Amino acid sequence: MTAVFYAAAVITLMTTALAITRANPVHGLLNFVMSLLSMAVIFFTLGAPFAAALEVMVYAGAVVVLFLFVVMMLSLDMRARLREREWMARPVWVLPILFVAVLGGLLMRIMFFSPGDDVAPVIISPQAVGARLFTTEIGAVELASMLLLAGLIGAFHMGRK
Amino acid sequence: MITWQMPAALAMGLFLLGLVGLLARRSLVFVLMSIEIMLNAAGLLFIAAGMRWGTPDGQIMFIFILNLAGAELALGLVFLLRLRNRLTTLDGDAANSLRDA
Repeated sequence: MTAVFYAAAVITLMTTALAITRANPVHGLLNFVMSLLSMAVIFFTLGAPFAAALEVMVYAGAVVVLFLFVVMMLSLDMRARLREREWMARPVWVLPILFVAVLGGLLMRIMFFSPGDDVAPVIISPQAVGARLFTTEIGAVELASMLLLAGLIGAFHMGRK
Repeated sequence: MITWQMPAALAMGLFLLGLVGLLARRSLVFVLMSIEIMLNAAGLLFIAAGMRWGTPDGQIMFIFILNLAGAELALGLVFLLRLRNRLTTLDGDAANSLRDA
C-alpha cells in the first residue's frame, strides 16, 4: 500500500503541474482528470474508500464535465470546430493514457494481490461516515444544503439573459 | 504503513501548485481549475487527519468541501460565461472596471 501511495502521489503532482501549465483548456482538463483519479487512489490507500468514490463521481465526473460544457460553449464557429480536431493529437493523450494504465495497475494490485500486512492503518467505512454525518453533524448538513440552494439561485439569476 | 506526514506534505505541494496556477494564469478557466486544485488539497489534508485520528470526521469535512467546490464552481462558470459574452475574452484582467464606459 505504501508503494501504491507513493506512485499515486508522484502521478498526482506531475499531472497537476501539467494541468496548470497547458495553453489549451482541454489539455489542462485532461491532465486535471488524471490528477483527480490518482487523488482517489490516494484516498483509498489512506483508508477512506467513501471519499475515494466521491472523488471519482463528483470531481472527476460532475465538476470536470461542467468545465467541459463551458469550454465547448465558448467556441462554436466552424473555424473552432476545425481547430478542435487538432486538440487531440497523439502527444496530448499518450501521457494521460499511460498514467491511467499505471493507476489501473495499482488498483489491480490492491484488489487481487493485496498484501495482508501492509494495508491502511484504519479503514473508515461508509457506514461510519453516514451514521456520523446524519446524526451529530446534521446541522452542518443543513448548512451545506443552504449553501447549495444559494449557489443554485445565484447561478440561475446570473445565467439569465 | 503510511504516516500522516506524507499526505500532509503532498497536500502542501498540491496547494502550492494551485496557488502558483492561480497567480500565474490569466485565463479564467485555469483560474477556476487552480481553485479546485487548492480545495482538493485541503480535502486531502482532512482525509489525512481523519486517518491519523481514526475518525470519520475527516471524510465528513471532505464531503462539505465537495459541496463548497460545487457551489463555487457553478457560480464561477456562470461569471465566466457572462464575462465572455460582455467582453469577448476569457482574460480575468480585462474585467478591471466596474462600469463600462
